[in-house]
Amino acid sequence: MSEVMPVEVPVDEQTKRQLQRGERRIEATARKMKRGATSKWATVVAIIIAALWTVPTFGLFVSSFRPEQQVKTTGWWTFFADPEVTLDNYVEVLQSGNSTLDLAGSFINSIAITIPATIIPLIIACLAAYAFAWIDFKGKNFLFILVFALQIVPIQMALVPLLSTFSRGLTIFGVPVGFGLDASGGYAQVWIAHSMFALPLAIFLLHNFIAEIPGEVIEAARVDGAGHGGIFFRIVLPLSMPAIASFAIFQFLWVWNDLLVALIFADGPVAPITKLLAEITGTRGNEWHLLTAGAFVSIIIPLIVFFSLQRFFVRGLLAGSTKG
Amino acid sequence: MSSTTLRAQESPGSTRPPQPDSGWPPTPKLVIGGIIAVAGIALVLYLAYFFNLTRVLNLVGEFHPFVQVVLVVVGFVAFVAGMLYLIDIAPRSGKIYTLVRLGICVLVPFAVLLFLNSFEWAAAVGAVLGAGLFLLDYRSRKGKGYLIQLVGFLLPAFLLLVIGLILPSIQTVGASFMNSSGERFVGFDNFIWVFTQPAAIRTVLNTIVWVLIAPAVSTAVGLAYAVFIDKSRGEKYYKVLVFMPMAISFVGASIIWRFIYAYRGPGETQIGLLNQIVVWFGGEPQQWLLDSPMNTFFLIVVLIWVQTGFAMVILSAAIKGVPTEQLEAAELDGTNAWQRFINVVVPGIRSSLIVVLTTISIASLKVFDIVRTMTAGNNDTSVIANEMYTQFKNFEGGRSAAFAVILFLLVLPIVIYNARQIKKQREIR
Repeated sequence: MSEVMPVEVPVDEQTKRQLQRGERRIEATARKMKRGATSKWATVVAIIIAALWTVPTFGLFVSSFRPEQQVKTTGWWTFFADPEVTLDNYVEVLQSGNSTLDLAGSFINSIAITIPATIIPLIIACLAAYAFAWIDFKGKNFLFILVFALQIVPIQMALVPLLSTFSRGLTIFGVPVGFGLDASGGYAQVWIAHSMFALPLAIFLLHNFIAEIPGEVIEAARVDGAGHGGIFFRIVLPLSMPAIASFAIFQFLWVWNDLLVALIFADGPVAPITKLLAEITGTRGNEWHLLTAGAFVSIIIPLIVFFSLQRFFVRGLLAGSTKG
Repeated sequence: MSSTTLRAQESPGSTRPPQPDSGWPPTPKLVIGGIIAVAGIALVLYLAYFFNLTRVLNLVGEFHPFVQVVLVVVGFVAFVAGMLYLIDIAPRSGKIYTLVRLGICVLVPFAVLLFLNSFEWAAAVGAVLGAGLFLLDYRSRKGKGYLIQLVGFLLPAFLLLVIGLILPSIQTVGASFMNSSGERFVGFDNFIWVFTQPAAIRTVLNTIVWVLIAPAVSTAVGLAYAVFIDKSRGEKYYKVLVFMPMAISFVGASIIWRFIYAYRGPGETQIGLLNQIVVWFGGEPQQWLLDSPMNTFFLIVVLIWVQTGFAMVILSAAIKGVPTEQLEAAELDGTNAWQRFINVVVPGIRSSLIVVLTTISIASLKVFDIVRTMTAGNNDTSVIANEMYTQFKNFEGGRSAAFAVILFLLVLPIVIYNARQIKKQREIR
């Protein structure tokens, strides 16, 4: 999870309001374009930055469709003088890989890893967030601060011991209670590891949202005889859908893009595409026709998610960075 | 019998008034629900007993990946739904619900322990815990079923956090004081090793360089861009362009940039964009990723490329939230755009700036994928997170743990600074 986190740092009320105001205004400007107040130079610089940020991806995209010989001998920008398009790179890269797995298989692995690793921590975090927001118990604040503090523990600290817990079993006070998972047992290790690492942030963000549901709504349901289970299922879950959606997008992108957790927990036949790509980069680093096509295969799903759910993504980012 | 004793028997310690509807006889809907919930948990126990978690997961692992996804997700959702149902009926009063409560109190600890794969322990501890839990719950002042609800909501998260983060972190700290096989206590030897090896010192210094440059540049560029496109035509599209790299994996981004840095000898046709530009301007093509110390900077560019969009989105929202009145007042005072920016906008978005800087700092401290994919840490480009993985792969558990602890210590001041900052802001108000 070395990608950006929509962060852990709480901010004072004023900034929170300010950001919400800004967010509303962003959506307003998108609807009715205001007359530009910016100077010519600012526009020029903005266009240069936009180009710098877009051209690399564009170059990758163009290269991935050029014939092998051309990719290796001429720059991708010559494509416009001499356009020639082929899908051979994709065919070849999807079949390349290591002895146990090809890139097409690892693409399927990525999907199989990402979906449960998004759904499971979300549900567990929703439950815990509800308890922190709406059930009174002793030591609630202490526990919540503990969960909050766990966010700053780099997952690097947890990786290796967790791996040995998976393979050898868990010992509590010297008593082995077992928790053994076979390394060959498929995706289970990766699912569980991603779920564990996602929890602190997920609980924290969802708690902030769930705690803001008006107390009267919950009280009314309680008067009608609903228990915590019913309130959670019928009121809290539907009302928190925006927060759940934006966190789900984040978690999806993290898990899909992750390399570190995959290197440690997803070996052999269950490796995701990021791992295979990193391997191909290491072993065939100059086969640019393969690398560009492979990279494009790996970023296509995140890009689809990004472009279709962009609005939720931004909202989640802003909520995460300011609520506290 | 007086009415008071009756009441006491009905709901000992409960703050609720006794309800006329005792829940007996239960409605058919409830009976069916109860049977399904108990059957669900019984099924889980059965699976746990006969297969245990390892075997169930291995069994699931036999299927096609997509079937596995469906099985696991459906199974998990069904389990949570069953649990929520039991939580929902737990606080009701009536004989049948007391039995249900007793059942849950014994079954849940039992199930948890069974999942941890040791049947004898599960039986013993589950029974004891269950009895204790039931008694506690029965006497709970907050009403029957209170503890069941609490445990139901919190236990899954806490179990995962303890097994996945808390215990491993403690173990890592412990391992950093042990030798490579983790059998002998060696004191600070691993840390001494880190700070006496030139390569390892280099690794730590590189990490510090990353954390100094990446956040500063991404925030500065993000801020400039946010200001420049503010209120311009097509602002939304401008934003998407710079924000897009956020969705690309570091591995993907690394390949994109390796391609940009690609090198061909002088006189040959360049295929890397950067060298081509150098050649166009009459220069010699460079081996961007080979020559230390500049290669680290060329790696940092990749992180900046990814993170600037994040900074831009947050800062853009903050800028738009700066009250227009303040800007207009400054304008009436005859200030120019730059003065307004420095004296009104920047102070106005100060805490958003801190958030952005903090987030990117933490991301750069932990950077791993970029270094791994682009240079694998060769040519003096390694960073702590990468070295931790390398040492782990070389079976140097102690050194690997020492690197992880150093990383934690480096993250700590940033977080403490933030905590204090927030406290200060709260006091001012």
